[in-house]
Amino acid sequence: MALSWTDSAGAAMTLNNTENFDFSTTLGNAYFASPIFTASGCASSGKELAQFFPLSQIGAVVTKSVMNKPRHGRPTPRMAETPSGMLNSIGLQGPGIDAFLANDVPWLVEEKARVIVSIAGETIEEYATLARKVRSVSGISALEVNISCPNVENRGLVFACDPEASRRVIDGVRRIIGGDLPIIAKLSPDVTDLPSIAAGVVESGADALALINTVLGMVINVDSMRPHLGGKTGGLSGPAIRPVAVRAIYQVHQALPNVPILGMGGVTTGRDAFELILAGASGVSVGTASFGNPHALIDIQNQLHQILIDKGFKSLKSAIGYAHRTDVP
Amino acid sequence: MVEEVMTTINRGATHTFATVLSNKRVGQYHQILLGVGDLVKACKPGNFVAIKVGGDSSRMILRRAFAISRVAESTSFGGTMELIAAPHGSGSQWLCSQPEGSEIDIVAPLGTAFGIPTSPVNALLVGGGYGSAPLFGLAEVLKSRGCKVDMLLGASTGAKIYAPMEGKRSVNSLKIYTEDGTMGQTGRVTEPIVDLIKAGSVDVIYSCGPMGMLSAISKLTEGSDVVHQCAVEEAMACGIGICMTCVLPVKGSDGQVSMLRSCIDGPVMDGADVQWHLVGQTPQVQQ
Repeated sequence: MALSWTDSAGAAMTLNNTENFDFSTTLGNAYFASPIFTASGCASSGKELAQFFPLSQIGAVVTKSVMNKPRHGRPTPRMAETPSGMLNSIGLQGPGIDAFLANDVPWLVEEKARVIVSIAGETIEEYATLARKVRSVSGISALEVNISCPNVENRGLVFACDPEASRRVIDGVRRIIGGDLPIIAKLSPDVTDLPSIAAGVVESGADALALINTVLGMVINVDSMRPHLGGKTGGLSGPAIRPVAVRAIYQVHQALPNVPILGMGGVTTGRDAFELILAGASGVSVGTASFGNPHALIDIQNQLHQILIDKGFKSLKSAIGYAHRTDVP
Repeated sequence: MVEEVMTTINRGATHTFATVLSNKRVGQYHQILLGVGDLVKACKPGNFVAIKVGGDSSRMILRRAFAISRVAESTSFGGTMELIAAPHGSGSQWLCSQPEGSEIDIVAPLGTAFGIPTSPVNALLVGGGYGSAPLFGLAEVLKSRGCKVDMLLGASTGAKIYAPMEGKRSVNSLKIYTEDGTMGQTGRVTEPIVDLIKAGSVDVIYSCGPMGMLSAISKLTEGSDVVHQCAVEEAMACGIGICMTCVLPVKGSDGQVSMLRSCIDGPVMDGADVQWHLVGQTPQVQQ
């Protein structure tokens, strides 16, 4: 399958995945011509980035996690820049699943983007309702089940911090989705034993894992001498958390080598994406980097493609988990 | 109608490099002139530019948003964009330290623009601190449409007033207010507005400055026929509508309050629609 795009300087790039080098990847039974995706919550529903590059040129658009009802999210301030990172406290602001499926998905399909819909719920039943609604819409490549958003009122509601709750959410969604649409469970790094939570959701029917969600953090404003964010705590993202992502992906790939991982966490360059792939990621989502560089996805995609060829890989797939090889150097 | 707005998000915005043509200190501020070429053709008063700061190895990962104070086209420099920056934080300090000839990474123009009346009206422009910067470019456009343009500038102290000589030529009158009385009249810039509205001598107020000032003007125009277009200021991570951090509670035509992004639905908003009393809170969702 041919994939062509322009780099941010406007130079035409064309890749032919059938010759010389295969850049494609798969998550469950879903095929993607490129392994570079947006990260949920960092590309809204795609329209904003479409001014900067055609959305059909990247692997997939992972949409902002949507809930059943419209939601205002958390109060401002919602953002604090931190060294090589940022805290956000958005709180899943969104239009609700009905408006999202009616307006945003058809637009993305028309743009010829590959679409991964991300859903978030407050209860196991809400996830099931969301899954039922997503199932009825065509043009979706996979379903991301975000069970790890840190910006909820009650930390007890972060399903991904509780092995049993994680399993029950994924089990409920799998029963409704059936076998066709791959389910990607998005997990939190803020747990003691990530591989066991990962194993639990895979047993319950997740086809793939999204690692990692943001890391819970806080900034105190030293002028007001109070927590800076309206929601007090927020999710840390950006290059500051990349080593946490690499560790999480490496650990989970080691424990579950056959489960595809959509890796993310501070990826800003092709080199960073390559690092996550070496750790065991089958695809890489780009989030916070797009805030600083609207062309980040395209730049990273170009750089990763070149790095893989320069390193002598014949395909992206042959580089996945390459850091785990046991041969003596 | 919503759909039409959605498909025009960031239309006209370009991600490119600009050259610093000059960087002058003006009182407490820096006046920075960027060579941006044809990009000026898409810029309107009220738009902003998002600038990458700190260089490639910086630990600052987010762009900084600056109001475009004015744009021009000349044969010697091509399209130029002027910014007024206050070197307060590490990002604006970096920008203010960039020498002539530096190449900087910009995304512009972004956001909504001030609405320009189709017939000549009496316009009152109100600026707080260096929030006055985009009002001078606006004044030129309003004057060219035959509007009467009066300007009020305010700040805590005289050193924080930004009022360039050439800017004064594009307004019919200019009054300055400082809280400590070090320049112009002593008091707040909002004080004379109530009488101007009562006298019927204002049709439209354009404002830019601290949120407290914008909120106070909205209160003064409440119940009058005066339109209040304000350029809001809220912390942004991206400037292009993808991060959802810069939201404000705004009432729509259906009476529902939504959290709108000040980068996409602003920075210029109708002051009567912004729910100033709810800023920093979360409105209830009406089902």
